[in-house]
Amino acid sequence: MENLALEGALTVTFVRSLFAHANIVDVDATAAEALPNVQVLTAADMDLGVFGPPPFPGVNPGMGRPLLAVDRVRFVGDIIAIVISDDRATGADAAELVSVDYDPLPAVVSPYEAAKDEVLLFPEVGTNVAARFGSPEHDEKLFGGCDVAVSGTLVSQRMAPCPLEPRSAAAELGPDGRITAWLSTQTPHQDRMVLAGTLGLDPAQVRVVGPDVGGGFGAKMLNVEEVLVVWLARRLGRPVRWTETRSESMVALPHGRAARLEFTLGGMRDGKVLAYRLEVLQDCGAYAVLGAFLPNLTGLMASGVYAIPRIEFESRSVVTNTTPISAFRGAGRPEASQVIERAIDTFAAELGMDPAEVRRRNFIPADAFPHTTASHAVYDSGDYEGALELALRSVGYDELRDEQRHRREQAATTQLGIGISCYVEITNGIAESEFGEVEITPDGGAIVRTGSFSHGQGHETTFAMIAAERLGLPVEKVTVHKGDTDEIAKGTGTYGSKSTQIGGAAARLAADDVLELAKQLVADYLEASPADIVLDPAVGRLHVAGDPSIGISWADLASRASADERLAELKAEHEFQAAPTFPFGAHVAVVEVDTETGRVELRRLVAVDDAGTLINPLIAEGQVHGGIATGVAQALYENFVYDDDGNPLTGTFVGYAFPSSADLPSWEAVEMETPTPLNALGAKGIGESGTIGATPAVHNAVVDALTPFGVRNVDLPANGENVWRALREAKA
Amino acid sequence: MTRIALTVNGSRCEADVEPRQLLVYFLRDQLGLKGTNVGCDTTSCGACTVLVDGESVKSCTVFAVQADGCEVTTVEGLAQGDELHPVQQAFHEQHALQCGYCTPGFVMATISLLKENPNPSEVEIRDGLEGNLCRCTGYHNIVKAVQAAARAGA
Amino acid sequence: MIPAAFEYERAGSVDEAVALLGRDEDAKLLAGGHSLIPTMRLRFSRPSLLVDIGRLDDLRYVRENRDRIAIGALTRHAELIRDPMLREHCALIGEAAALIGDPQVRHRGTIGGSVAHGDPASDLGTILLTLDAELVARGPRGERTIPAAAFFSGPFENALEHQEVLTEIRVPKAAGTYLKYVRRAHDWATVGVAAARVDGRVQVGLTSMGPTPLRARSVEDALADGASPADAAAHAADDTMPPTDATASSEYRAHLAQVLVRRALERL
Repeated sequence: MENLALEGALTVTFVRSLFAHANIVDVDATAAEALPNVQVLTAADMDLGVFGPPPFPGVNPGMGRPLLAVDRVRFVGDIIAIVISDDRATGADAAELVSVDYDPLPAVVSPYEAAKDEVLLFPEVGTNVAARFGSPEHDEKLFGGCDVAVSGTLVSQRMAPCPLEPRSAAAELGPDGRITAWLSTQTPHQDRMVLAGTLGLDPAQVRVVGPDVGGGFGAKMLNVEEVLVVWLARRLGRPVRWTETRSESMVALPHGRAARLEFTLGGMRDGKVLAYRLEVLQDCGAYAVLGAFLPNLTGLMASGVYAIPRIEFESRSVVTNTTPISAFRGAGRPEASQVIERAIDTFAAELGMDPAEVRRRNFIPADAFPHTTASHAVYDSGDYEGALELALRSVGYDELRDEQRHRREQAATTQLGIGISCYVEITNGIAESEFGEVEITPDGGAIVRTGSFSHGQGHETTFAMIAAERLGLPVEKVTVHKGDTDEIAKGTGTYGSKSTQIGGAAARLAADDVLELAKQLVADYLEASPADIVLDPAVGRLHVAGDPSIGISWADLASRASADERLAELKAEHEFQAAPTFPFGAHVAVVEVDTETGRVELRRLVAVDDAGTLINPLIAEGQVHGGIATGVAQALYENFVYDDDGNPLTGTFVGYAFPSSADLPSWEAVEMETPTPLNALGAKGIGESGTIGATPAVHNAVVDALTPFGVRNVDLPANGENVWRALREAKA
Repeated sequence: MTRIALTVNGSRCEADVEPRQLLVYFLRDQLGLKGTNVGCDTTSCGACTVLVDGESVKSCTVFAVQADGCEVTTVEGLAQGDELHPVQQAFHEQHALQCGYCTPGFVMATISLLKENPNPSEVEIRDGLEGNLCRCTGYHNIVKAVQAAARAGA
Repeated sequence: MIPAAFEYERAGSVDEAVALLGRDEDAKLLAGGHSLIPTMRLRFSRPSLLVDIGRLDDLRYVRENRDRIAIGALTRHAELIRDPMLREHCALIGEAAALIGDPQVRHRGTIGGSVAHGDPASDLGTILLTLDAELVARGPRGERTIPAAAFFSGPFENALEHQEVLTEIRVPKAAGTYLKYVRRAHDWATVGVAAARVDGRVQVGLTSMGPTPLRARSVEDALADGASPADAAAHAADDTMPPTDATASSEYRAHLAQVLVRRALERL
């Protein structure tokens, strides 16, 4: 994105709050504006409203974020002023010279403190609670009839998404009054609508272009910075650009997770689970954005892969003086799977039963789909036991248990742990639609235009394969266009692992439509009936059924149609909408734990991930690999932390423990395909599965290694210090 | 401003630079070599890795003035015409990149690693790339690509 | 981030560097830059003049000097790792250098820069302190030798005067080992432990256990009195001030020090 050439563009630098919670008494920009060509803008210069919470039911609309902080800052990183300069270095110099007079307020960092409503972030709202989901009613008899009930707490810690490309945005006002915004984004079309809405423009006046984007992971949705850049380009009448630094990104790009989950799971001594209660306290950060809504997905997926007859769910989302929480790879579903998998292992430990066996006794059976859970999700298809058995076979489960027994008998310093996670997740969670268009080019190739966006997922290849297969074209003859709202009529973008199942499916349907149109044209040319024209996909030739000698290739058809000015007939668009799908799988992790230092080494991770039919197994596996690394990063390494005053302590890549290749093993990904009936491709989403499956497997493995020491849980990330603490507490 | 003269991708160049100009911004902004990316500000992520006198270096932690008289190679200097460098070719074939932002840095770090150790084990590869971060691939296919490049004698 | 503006001079000799430093009280030396530039980028450090000594190749060497090994201050970490003389006579320096940062950092970072920067998490500082190394500095009044025990005066502080340039480090020939506990591969030490046999006596040093590299004197004394490694190691955290930060708590560091000291002693 930074590579975009934009002649004469001014540089935007944001002046951000150094305090977590304070009133702004005064902003003095005199010294900054003394630098050459520097201009400083504050809230007083703005004529814009609040960047509102997403319009989800149940989210308090009064906790939106002013585009520039007005009178009060609510987290370290809140924007106080904007510096406009000719270049980056001057911008950094000037931002330092903007003097802000703060009147500090007590900071609320912990969500429990926030829930007490003693210090309010939005006094006018009267509470810190931004949203409540589920039911506060307790069924006293929920665990009636259970032999055993186990309880525990899992804190799914705060993570920074860390796409390698920090955010970047540029905007330019055209001579026709239209504004073009280049954004490092996942959602160009949605961005256009929100930009237009926030700036009071007709969407037709806004063009958004998503160039090559270096990763998003859910965090690169439109935010205040992008709105400000576009607003500035209009106000200044000059092109402007902004690229965040990493240390800026670490506090300004929304974070993920940050949920405290309390569970009680009850069942019978034979391993059968009967009832489950889950209570979530979600930290939403300083403003109610998507994070406030995410516990809804956690509640929906509470049942996991198990047939649990009775489930109670309740959540509260509270604002704190920290970076806002939004989507991050998994977004609400990892939390569900982390807690149910920990609960199942805790239950198994209580019964003294093998955790694999407890899972077998509770799976939703493969012949029970579609299946509606007690937490109100309608699962489309699955074979949970099949996935677990495949994973156990692949890892050599029994041999590993033998080795574990041996090390325990030897009282070895380094103990072995084996962890299982069986998960199901939801992709295209809110049943969205996606747009696809296919057009035959003059040389007989095809262009696919998609409303999905690719920022590393490889849609350019996958969607080309889908269309090429339908049209009988070599894949090199198909190019995929995305990300320019002027070229692509509509779109929803890429998040929630929904691209292939709706965007890919739309491309396929559009290709089928084009094929039908081509048959009509060929029928005209051959003086045959369209119904008699068939495609030979092996050679990309349309011919009369039963007589391949009477036909025409795509290249000849395109060339003849061009000459006749009929090429435009070979173009079709299709919008495809479908219900969510539910990818699933089983992961088994093998760890070694140094019981003296607490250090955990992940030795192996076997991952069976079933996302229905795979279009491009290489790309799908790549998604799994990256997903697993993020899941393992949460299990063992990363944790974004603040001190009691709300100062970030992990605000750079030095402090924040983003793992490198040296910290991780190679992955053992095992394919399994159970198609969904919900789209013609049979495909479900794969982008987040690895993350959702890996964290609980590794977490359970660490606890498993320490079982002989009486350890029942280790806080995440299960790093050396947290393992050491768990061992120390178990001894005490 | 300080006058510097150096060789970049085999071409000699002279320029006036502000002392605080970091090598990476000199390459990107003054020479227009946009293949070298900036991913952090703490010498951590390795996206900006280039070769200085044949060794991998994080160009965000070198002032352009320090590269005066040196030979710098960036990702743009690797391919011979249409033919990719064997390490680039291996990354392509092994699907060792997704968003691609970290890739130039990984490619340059790999070239330096293989120069020092032409037949690294998996552990040596993983340790040898500890200065480069990737959020997309989980490193799995990157390690495979380095192994493939080593086999190809890169 | 971009550093604040500064003036830049390249020194052609140590004496020239000494003179240039005298021009500006906010001047700083630039060697490999891998300690200084990161702090300048975050604007924690903002020298008004940088005196670049990075080209003084006559300060890049490892050579035998009677019973000691002399290391030029501009010798890079990568050079320390592969130096055959160090490998033979003082292997723990190369072992520790191999654990600093990552390959790119080791290609540029120098022993002198790392030690003079004075980060309490610096591995090489601990090793020099453990070995009772001598640090040679040249200033306007000529050359002097500073014992390591007097060199590290505080966090990011040392005994060098403003115009003094660290030129050489002298270490004894010694068998030793360095253990470093990190959260992840390229991190700074959560805790580091050096143990070496110097002139027949076992000496132990600690990284990240206080404001400077520390010697574990209680451990050394216990060993001298005949204690077993395990018993001596129980004193590893005596008289230390391990910090609490995002990497680890003070109490966990104290625990790690005990485990690592025992392991280092057992390896020695």
